[in-house]
Amino acid sequence: MLGRTLIALGCAMALGACSTMDGGGGEPAASASTPAADAGTPFPSTYERYPGRPTALVGATIYDGRGGRIDNGTVLLRDGQVIEVGSDLATDGYDVVDATGKFVTPGVIDIHSHLGDYPTPSVDAHSDGNEATSPTTPEVWVEHSVWPQDPGFSRALANGGGTSLQILPGSANLMGGRSVTLKNVPARTVQGMKFPGAPYGFKMACGENPKRVYGNRGRMPSTRMGNFAVNRQTWLDAKAYAAGDRKRRDLGNETLAGVLDGDILVHNHCYRADEMALVMDMAKEMGYKVTAFHHAVEAYKIGDLLRENDVCSAIWADWYGFKMESYDGIPENAALLWKSGACVVIHSDDANGIQRLNQEAAKAQAAGQRMGLDVPDADVVGWFTYNAAKAMGIEKMTGSLEPGKMADVVLWNGDPLSVYSRPEKVWVDGALLYDAMDRKRRPVSDFELGQPGEGDVK
Amino acid sequence: MIARLLLVATATLALVAPAAAQDFAITNATVATGDGSAPVENATVVVQNGRVVAAGAGLATPAGVEVIDGSGKWVTPGIFSAITTLGLVDVDGVSESNDTSAGRSPFSAALDVAPAINPASQQLLVARADGITRASIAPQPASGIFGGQGAVIDLGADAEPITKARAFQIVALGETGARLGGGGRTGTYAWLDNALHEAQAYAAGRWSGEDAELTRADAAALGPVVSGKQALYVHVERASDIREILQLRRDFPNLDLVLLGVSEGWLVADDIAAAGVPVIADPLDDLPTGFDQIAATQSNIGRMQKAGVKVAIGRMEGGTAEQPRNARQYAGNLVALTRVPGADGLSWGQALATITSIPAAISGFGGQLGTLAPGAIADVVMWDGDPLEVGSVPVAVFIDGVRQPVENHQTRLRERYRDLDESDLPKAYDW
Repeated sequence: MLGRTLIALGCAMALGACSTMDGGGGEPAASASTPAADAGTPFPSTYERYPGRPTALVGATIYDGRGGRIDNGTVLLRDGQVIEVGSDLATDGYDVVDATGKFVTPGVIDIHSHLGDYPTPSVDAHSDGNEATSPTTPEVWVEHSVWPQDPGFSRALANGGGTSLQILPGSANLMGGRSVTLKNVPARTVQGMKFPGAPYGFKMACGENPKRVYGNRGRMPSTRMGNFAVNRQTWLDAKAYAAGDRKRRDLGNETLAGVLDGDILVHNHCYRADEMALVMDMAKEMGYKVTAFHHAVEAYKIGDLLRENDVCSAIWADWYGFKMESYDGIPENAALLWKSGACVVIHSDDANGIQRLNQEAAKAQAAGQRMGLDVPDADVVGWFTYNAAKAMGIEKMTGSLEPGKMADVVLWNGDPLSVYSRPEKVWVDGALLYDAMDRKRRPVSDFELGQPGEGDVK
Repeated sequence: MIARLLLVATATLALVAPAAAQDFAITNATVATGDGSAPVENATVVVQNGRVVAAGAGLATPAGVEVIDGSGKWVTPGIFSAITTLGLVDVDGVSESNDTSAGRSPFSAALDVAPAINPASQQLLVARADGITRASIAPQPASGIFGGQGAVIDLGADAEPITKARAFQIVALGETGARLGGGGRTGTYAWLDNALHEAQAYAAGRWSGEDAELTRADAAALGPVVSGKQALYVHVERASDIREILQLRRDFPNLDLVLLGVSEGWLVADDIAAAGVPVIADPLDDLPTGFDQIAATQSNIGRMQKAGVKVAIGRMEGGTAEQPRNARQYAGNLVALTRVPGADGLSWGQALATITSIPAAISGFGGQLGTLAPGAIADVVMWDGDPLEVGSVPVAVFIDGVRQPVENHQTRLRERYRDLDESDLPKAYDW
């Protein structure tokens, strides 16, 4: 009802980001907070990790996010980093957490969220996710819309184990603007959440939304061919700008030039297989790369093309049928893409769904199983950890449990691919930011103070 | 209560087993009856003439019935979707295919979903394949605070979906109702109070069309609501709105109320329990989506249940709204909550009841649907595992004792795109 209306709008806004398939090249690099990484850029990250204690998670089933699984293993965290992952590790000097019968995964990463730009309460005054006044707004940066007090961040942390997320502009226009990647850490400012060193993303959208929104206003684009024409001309103009001396500040062209330079990753909301194929050709024509198609409910029809073009699909487990271009969505999408050797990321695009990305991935896995595609559990965990990180360009810092990486970690009280499991503890850069066993170790946003239910389990 | 019994009797007439009903017994299965109890292993379910004959451990299989080996399988009543729009819509965003509301209609309470339901809708077929066998279909309030009359349907593959037409009326209060009722809650309450009085007058033959706000058809439609012959489903979220609606029975004592949404129900759970009013709640809604849902928490259902409120799962956020198949997953989450300190969840049996026997009882079919009790309509599902676990799906779906087809648009796409080989012919020839 009301919920349905809101959700439909939310979908309309969805954009995407996703990069490449799980591949090599993940030599663990810089960890934790290095605000200097953003020096020279405006609105730089001011995030610094919070203190944590050296912690050993002992006796757990460990999924490392890159397809590895260790039974009865140990994970060592110290100074904001993963120190070691293995069996029979010495734990001297560490606080030991008995994780017998429990599971450890990298922190959950949502590549497609609107927390902060479409926060709750979902009132008009908060609706800051889409500058839909023009079919192309490459000049906007979504970080200027993110409200750090959105209560949804805490739900994503406590119920979803979410430690990093990409906030995207909406999909009403062809080019929605820059995304921002955040650490899921409460902060007074958005700069205090910005993931240090994360590349920017750029939101694009094809299909029904742009042509409907602008066509209804009697302006271009009103058709899918109009979508492409506006996109291509905008890219041609941007290429001319990029080929020049770039001295004249032009916010839109600066972002587009960043895409053409390969510094900014394209996250393209797109549902239909035929349209994704056209977009990939447009990218070739203009000299940029699509990192990920978001939503991509028909990706299973072109798994071969997506593999060949090294484009990820950031998808739901089972959403379908809510708009014409989602009519052919099937729950086997992820498993069929996996079979094709294409990159799979499970995303939410939803303040509720982000609380259950692990379950969504498990549903997608089960759908595959029923048609004879047995995706190993350890690979499925990668769908909401490492593959998301890779597609966001942060895989050298987070997304897997490897020495030197950020200690973004979830301790689950059971198999994360079971409906009966919940996050028990969540660390971000080695700081314990959620503990189900300690009611004060739970963030409460400014908005919720003094309200009924303040500090409740939610 | 008399009214309720009469309705059940009438409804029973529509529930005569179809000719194709099979007699069968599922043996060696893990069986959960839907009544809130824990599942029983190595149990048998016997169905004859479209009715459940018996369910439990140590049962003999009657001679002459088909025996289905349920080893490693689970058997439950079919899932009863407590409130949904299945059959009213093909594609939500394609307005031509969407009959969930009629915002420009001159009528509101008189709207009736029954003639609009399409049993061939793919959304309905997908839900059937996932073990949903019955559902309460509700219109969305749009032309006023009243949405119109909902129906109880079965999801069987036949041309007769209606189990009971005009089973309930729906009205929106709270922020949604305020928007539809003139802009604020004061408008909504005035509208509701006036409408019920006009309906009362109409039923008593004291109808003066000229002075009335309601159309004649709407006044007539609300008659059964005022008399309690038809349930009134009230969408309400905020604690104060819940208290207010419970008070409505001071003036209209026969109202048969059901509350929908009820995000802040846990704050007034004792009041709801004392009033004996059942609830259909969004199970995992834990965000302050509006100022009427500030206290939303996933513990809402557990806390209401603990206080003695009869709660079914419905109106689920998180995913496209019309995914009633995810009710099982959401019920499973309520079980998971029992392991979180400070949270309130449900036992496994209670969780299953929120999607089987309780919604059936709320819809007026207690003991007949959503249960494996002897004599119940044989809506039965056999699953490949624990039905509340995310990976489980039906291996057989029976409605009225008739085994149902589970193919649909999605399963056909899955088979077509099992591989991407077009070396001989395009995919269009693969069917």
